[in-house]
Amino acid sequence: MKREEVKVCVLRVGGTNCDAETKRAFEELKVQADIVHANDVVRRRNLLEYHVLIFPGGFAHGDYVRAGAIWAKWILAKLGTELKAFVDENRPILGICNGFQVLVEAGLLPGFDGMSLYPEAALATNLPPGYNCRWINLKQENRGKCVFTRHIPKGKTLYIPVAHSEGRFMFVKQKEKQLLERLYETDQLVFRYCSKNGEYAQGSFPANPNGSFHDIAGICNSEGTIFGLMPHPERAFYWWQQPDWTKQMQMPQYGDGKLVLEGVIEYLTKKF
Amino acid sequence: MNSRLYMRRKMSFPLFEIALLKAVDKQLLEISNELGIGLNLQEMKTVQQYFGGKRRNPTDVELQTIGQTWSEHCFHKTFKGKIEVDGKEIDGLFKTYIVKVVEEINPKWCFSVFEDNAGIIRFNKDYGVAIKVETHNHPSAIEPFGGAATGVGGVIRDILGVWANPIACTDVLGFGPLDFNYEKLPSGVKHPKYVYMGVVAGIGSYGNNMGIPTVSGAIYFDESYTGNVVVYCGCIGLLPLKKYRRNANPGDVIVLAGGKTGRDGIHGVTFASAELTEKSEEISRPAVQIANPIEEEKLKRAIITIRDLDFASAITDLGGGGLSSAVGETARRFGCGAVIELEKVPLKYTSLAPWEIYISESQERMLLAVPTTNLQKVLEIFENEDVEATAIGKYTADNALQIYYQGEKVADMDISFLFKPPKITKKAEYKPTIFEDPLFPEPRNLTETLLKLLASPNIASKESVIRSYDHEVKGNTVLKPLHGEQAGPNDAAIIKPLKDSWKGIAISCGMNPNYGRIDVYWMVASAIDEAIRNSVAVGGRRIALLDNFTWGNPEKPERLGSLVRACEACYDFAKAFRTPFISGKDSLYNESPLGPITPTLLITALGIIPDIRCAVSMDVKTPKNPIYIVGQTCAELGGSEYYKLKGFTGKSVPKVRSASARKTFRAITNAIDSGFTKACHDLSEGGLGAAAAEMAFAGGYGLELHLQKLPATNVNRNDFALFSESNSRFLVEVQQESKKEFEALMEGNAYAKLGLVTKSPWLRIYGLNGRVVVDAALNDLMTSWKHTLSGGV
Repeated sequence: MKREEVKVCVLRVGGTNCDAETKRAFEELKVQADIVHANDVVRRRNLLEYHVLIFPGGFAHGDYVRAGAIWAKWILAKLGTELKAFVDENRPILGICNGFQVLVEAGLLPGFDGMSLYPEAALATNLPPGYNCRWINLKQENRGKCVFTRHIPKGKTLYIPVAHSEGRFMFVKQKEKQLLERLYETDQLVFRYCSKNGEYAQGSFPANPNGSFHDIAGICNSEGTIFGLMPHPERAFYWWQQPDWTKQMQMPQYGDGKLVLEGVIEYLTKKF
Repeated sequence: MNSRLYMRRKMSFPLFEIALLKAVDKQLLEISNELGIGLNLQEMKTVQQYFGGKRRNPTDVELQTIGQTWSEHCFHKTFKGKIEVDGKEIDGLFKTYIVKVVEEINPKWCFSVFEDNAGIIRFNKDYGVAIKVETHNHPSAIEPFGGAATGVGGVIRDILGVWANPIACTDVLGFGPLDFNYEKLPSGVKHPKYVYMGVVAGIGSYGNNMGIPTVSGAIYFDESYTGNVVVYCGCIGLLPLKKYRRNANPGDVIVLAGGKTGRDGIHGVTFASAELTEKSEEISRPAVQIANPIEEEKLKRAIITIRDLDFASAITDLGGGGLSSAVGETARRFGCGAVIELEKVPLKYTSLAPWEIYISESQERMLLAVPTTNLQKVLEIFENEDVEATAIGKYTADNALQIYYQGEKVADMDISFLFKPPKITKKAEYKPTIFEDPLFPEPRNLTETLLKLLASPNIASKESVIRSYDHEVKGNTVLKPLHGEQAGPNDAAIIKPLKDSWKGIAISCGMNPNYGRIDVYWMVASAIDEAIRNSVAVGGRRIALLDNFTWGNPEKPERLGSLVRACEACYDFAKAFRTPFISGKDSLYNESPLGPITPTLLITALGIIPDIRCAVSMDVKTPKNPIYIVGQTCAELGGSEYYKLKGFTGKSVPKVRSASARKTFRAITNAIDSGFTKACHDLSEGGLGAAAAEMAFAGGYGLELHLQKLPATNVNRNDFALFSESNSRFLVEVQQESKKEFEALMEGNAYAKLGLVTKSPWLRIYGLNGRVVVDAALNDLMTSWKHTLSGGV
């Protein structure tokens, strides 16, 4: 398909609040992007008109109970069939921050053996506790499975902000080692928190801003089509969003966030 | 309760008639007290007279409505009333000083000033920027988290109430010292640490949940804030000017949208118009509302959609006074009457009396005027967003406010009466303070002094607080509150609100409560200068101001006297700088068992930057670049952080020399536009010493400065040169090859090349006698600055 035919659905519900900048970023990449209220999709049953589904950042349904939990169950209950078809056709899904929490709560990520009935991981409250808004470095770890990051060289560091209070990725303690091995085996690890020089954060704050297990910042499913990450690529898209732009003599036109969003378009234009 | 005064009507719901007509003075005050409506005798007599004319007693709904409408909080009696001072009479502080200066400056770019709940200026041909700053001190003292959160929620609704889409929030907070001795804490006063944690969490929670970046603010610590916390919440919004609709007509439907109504926030305004006492918590806890930011987020979406489709004819928020204020004020504004059917208001639970429904301040509610032809479409839009919306009445062609409950008329009053409370005359008296400048020898080790100053709570980094607010959401924050990797303190935040334009908005503030101890006039002048120079330092211009007063009880002539003097300064300096006030708010009666609050004026500045690509941050950029100081340094240390550190207040409060200040501001703007200004930082608390240290560690390069070159008046000590807080001064890094051009632009201003940026990470300052007086590693300076409040919240 041609680039301009790609249709991105930026899904929202009460409490979603990063939809506008996410749409803006995709439009800058010359694809169509619509902000769609989940109520509308339920009414019109038109999810499959879109090629990419984005769960943007925010506090969907107030994130009461557990971040992402309510929206995840809501989606499964009201849009389960369409969502499954979307996944089965290998159409890509991206969850940013709150969206990542939704994908984990919905059992779509890590999705070792496809969609799971119960969450297989969690994005727990930060350690140190509290909301934290800061720019962090990420290291690209994926060997090529993730359709969003295929074009980003493995080992490259990216500079992107985080802003959340529940982003500590974790597995059940007893299975931690085994599941991590699996992430590596099936090439599902995508981003890890690191220092400016690319050394893994090793859990140390603030390089690892939330105490995530193994410095995990983003993972994909076993097919590589569903991707979730805590950092906000849409906030690191333009040069003037960078925190140090006043210092640079010559800024590149775009920030690293663009790399994270543009890969999926390449994938779509080639595959479909 | 004196039961003879209250007669219950035989209804299935509680409705009382109050025996006002025959009441004697003592009983009138009793009624005011028992109903908690806070009206004085003169006002109660006016009410009595009005109902005498109607030959009937009022209902509780009517009296409560009057109490709300005439409260200090809603009607600003002190600012609108008469004041006697030194034998002359001021007919309204607001009119005499604030409105007058705006009328005299009268800039073309002011779109709507003092008319709505937020001021609106023109941003470009098509768009306007709305701004409002609220005070939420009283509720935050009782319940810090809820009080602060609803403060943010309220000010966001003020922005929605002018059809603007909120794009940024600000917060300026004042607390007692965090190490306040527990044993000295009077009963009923919460410890500053508890208040601090609650307020910061409340602000973060609301802004973060709504997805509005909190980009600018400040935190001050002062003994007098221990019993009276200061919470200023601001919001900035963007609106297409042609979508600003204000033309409700008789027949338009009154639609109430958003959260349900409950007993939370009953008598919030009367509570806010009284002093805090030991019993405030017990009595006034219900006056603090409960926040639900997600409800407001949904409400916002629906309102913006309705705005874009031109489906409504007017809008207002429900804040202080609840429905009673919103209905009354809109009816008056459009010259209409109104009929309300109270039983249609969606309730959180049953058993609310009609008067409670009418004055409840439950959060996340807005009122819209909708032409009948659009009603169905409007209700559908709300439904799509999962927001409850209900038609609760109509505007009418007469002048009457008629309220029904289950078919029974429970109120019938003239709108014109409601908005003509008797003018109250208050007495004011101004007493100058008697302070002297202290005598003490210059400390031997100024490096140590500088390290201590950087660690003092008012100067120390607020990073732990700022990071708990999302300041990046919406992706439009061009200049962030924390700059770069070292999180340096930028002077103002810049937002780029439109995708297709490089034009930006600079948001900054100024507040110097400690100067007010010596003289509120110069405190106000300094706050105005500081807010403006913070904006100028990043590239802002065409500046509009907001004034937010937090004062003590205006019934006390001395407190009112200092308020008058503050307003005089507002007039004088807004005039001198040609910076109009476009909105403001006052919070009076800030007194607690620990005494009155120190007069505190927050000035918020809204500047425009024509091209954000020219914005300048405060961190030094390149070794060998020259560093200039612009502006004259005087021996002005009264109320300074340096004197405070030494245990003094002093007398020599910083003044503002507006003619030269204006010239300096213009020169800095030109230097920024010319492109060779690499860094610019304003000099404020901690003076030159603190500003130089901040610029250096934020940029990661050292500075070498020479005080001998400092343009100064009567400054003969190194500590005074370093820590004077004289206004209208900047430190500027200029690119090496442009020294001449820069100096040409500065011609006619007090300025000097003080030194240069060095590669080695040291701050080295040579004193007036040429010897090194400050010699510190940037790491040590930064550690001092960051450590104090690093414990987080």
